[in-house]
Amino acid sequence: MNRLPGKTVFSSVTFLTALCFTPSLLAAPPVVKVDGSSTVFPITEAVAEEFQKARKGAVNVTVGISGTGGGFKKFCRGETDLANASRPISKKEMEECARRGVRYYEMPIAYDALTVMVNPQNTFIKSMTAAELKKIWEPAAQGKINSWKDVNPAWPDQKIKLYGAGSDSGTFDYFTEAIVGKAKSSRGDFTASEDDNVLVQGISGDKGALGYFGFAYYIENQKKLKAVAIDGGKGPVAPTPENVDNGTYQPLSRPIFIYVSEKSLDKPEIRDFIDFYMKNAPQLVKEVKYIPLPAKAYAGNLEHLAKKKLGTVFGGQNEVGLTIEQLMKREAQL
Amino acid sequence: MTTLPLTSPAADVDAIRRLIARHKTWDWLFGLLGVFALMFAMLVFAMLFGQMLKNGLPHLSWDFFTSFPSRRAASAGILSAWVGTVLVMLVTALVAVPLGVGAGIYLEEYAPKNLLTDIIEINVTNLAGVPSIIYGLLALGLFVYQFGLGQSIAAAGLTLALLILPVVIVATREAIRTIPQNIREGAYACGATKWQVVSHHVIPYSLPGIMTGVIIGLARAIGETAPIITIGALTFIAFLPPSPFGNPDQLISFDWLTAPFTVMPIQMFNWISRPEEAFQANAAAAGLVLVVMTLSMNAVAIWIRYHFRKKIKW
Repeated sequence: MNRLPGKTVFSSVTFLTALCFTPSLLAAPPVVKVDGSSTVFPITEAVAEEFQKARKGAVNVTVGISGTGGGFKKFCRGETDLANASRPISKKEMEECARRGVRYYEMPIAYDALTVMVNPQNTFIKSMTAAELKKIWEPAAQGKINSWKDVNPAWPDQKIKLYGAGSDSGTFDYFTEAIVGKAKSSRGDFTASEDDNVLVQGISGDKGALGYFGFAYYIENQKKLKAVAIDGGKGPVAPTPENVDNGTYQPLSRPIFIYVSEKSLDKPEIRDFIDFYMKNAPQLVKEVKYIPLPAKAYAGNLEHLAKKKLGTVFGGQNEVGLTIEQLMKREAQL
Repeated sequence: MTTLPLTSPAADVDAIRRLIARHKTWDWLFGLLGVFALMFAMLVFAMLFGQMLKNGLPHLSWDFFTSFPSRRAASAGILSAWVGTVLVMLVTALVAVPLGVGAGIYLEEYAPKNLLTDIIEINVTNLAGVPSIIYGLLALGLFVYQFGLGQSIAAAGLTLALLILPVVIVATREAIRTIPQNIREGAYACGATKWQVVSHHVIPYSLPGIMTGVIIGLARAIGETAPIITIGALTFIAFLPPSPFGNPDQLISFDWLTAPFTVMPIQMFNWISRPEEAFQANAAAAGLVLVVMTLSMNAVAIWIRYHFRKKIKW
């Protein structure tokens, strides 16, 4: 006859009871918690990796990807120390933070250049004007602009296939704002994906394709794609780090940010992390294929900390085509 | 068959032979269809697995298991991911097994057959079909915020335990139902109480079936991403939860339960969506590890069933 072993039952019951009471006695190393945009993730990840190495495990860093909006939600609830953001904090998020008493510093940390791409076999496109892009992407174009000829009579009558960022991403928000003129306003009949590798695959396999996504994905896939120079009114400008840096690649280059909670800065490890971030950003940003800001911008971020200049310079409104110099001249407000 | 003409015996036999031949054709056709269906499923799996093997195998090394994630594909590993997965699975099993088996035994052996138990039965079966992200949302509100567990291993383990609870309950009940009624009656005739019948006969005899159900449930849970992301698992985490041993004040410390974590599917997803192509190989290698984990869990389930069944004699 088989019996249930009494000892096993007893010990598993004790174990389960113990599970319910978990006293925390061990002093684990302090943790810097970061969450937010997937666009900013590679930069913060690189900084976190180097920071942990430099501090030899005395401080731990975690980085999550909840998207810019999800990151701000956790940030305003006080669950995280830093928020990664590919756009400035919105009016709603500012109110939410204020309601819960979370005050913050806004720090631009890099540029991202939205890159417009066509198939490498496309021979007739070298540059496009912002107006032409608008003609293709505005909501009214749906059903009307189906061939390249519909955009510009000089182009051949070839079917145009569109690829773009998913509607939940900051990239989509920025592109529509910069090109169509209103955030989230876009035609709907394009292949949308949050995973940029899907877009790379699509554009590289389709002769009539046109698409856009972040610069880093273009750089890694240069052989499969052809970048389009953008004419914002002053002649065609190619998406290169130099052109982003000197402010001529407009309107598709944008600053990306981290937000730091004022309360968290009381902890020495957070302050240490921010110092490390700003000191190493120029090199690490370049390494992960984003475009670093001028050195004075990073120094400016630390100066804001020292002078306690809290808040955002955007007032809850995203703006297109701002240079970092213009940003730095503005006064931050909560 | 009564419609067959009965006039000439020869014609009769002919008609019957033709009828049989026609039915045999259907037999054969259905067999062929079955083989096609099987081949399709097998081929797709074999192709996916082969591709993963080809891309991932060169990248598998001891270092891959002992390194933390990194921005450099060559030195990135799955240490925090596989440790996270194992710990989350441990919590899931410890919670889901007693609750699920207990509920199954109660419903099968103790519960009176009335409207209430009928409703419970239907709901348990339905719960098995609820999309996993719904469990994630429930867990976010309940475990993460209401119980204050935060984005921890405990919260993730409890979430997945909820997810596989219906599977465990249904498997337990199925296993119990296969036990012949006369075994129970024999035990009662000898003066056994209900608990004695359950603990001496019902549980031991149904154990293989229950274990199979538990492991199939866990194999499902190990690949779940949606509910774990919903409750806030992390993407970059380059340290391990505190060890349960080595604390001078306690024999076993439970600090790891409240530690932040990541799991294998999240690590894979992150690598797949990276711009650098080298990370695709990492993702394939991690996928290989995950598939091997799942397959070996299934293998254990088969072994347990075989091994325990041999011992049961009635």
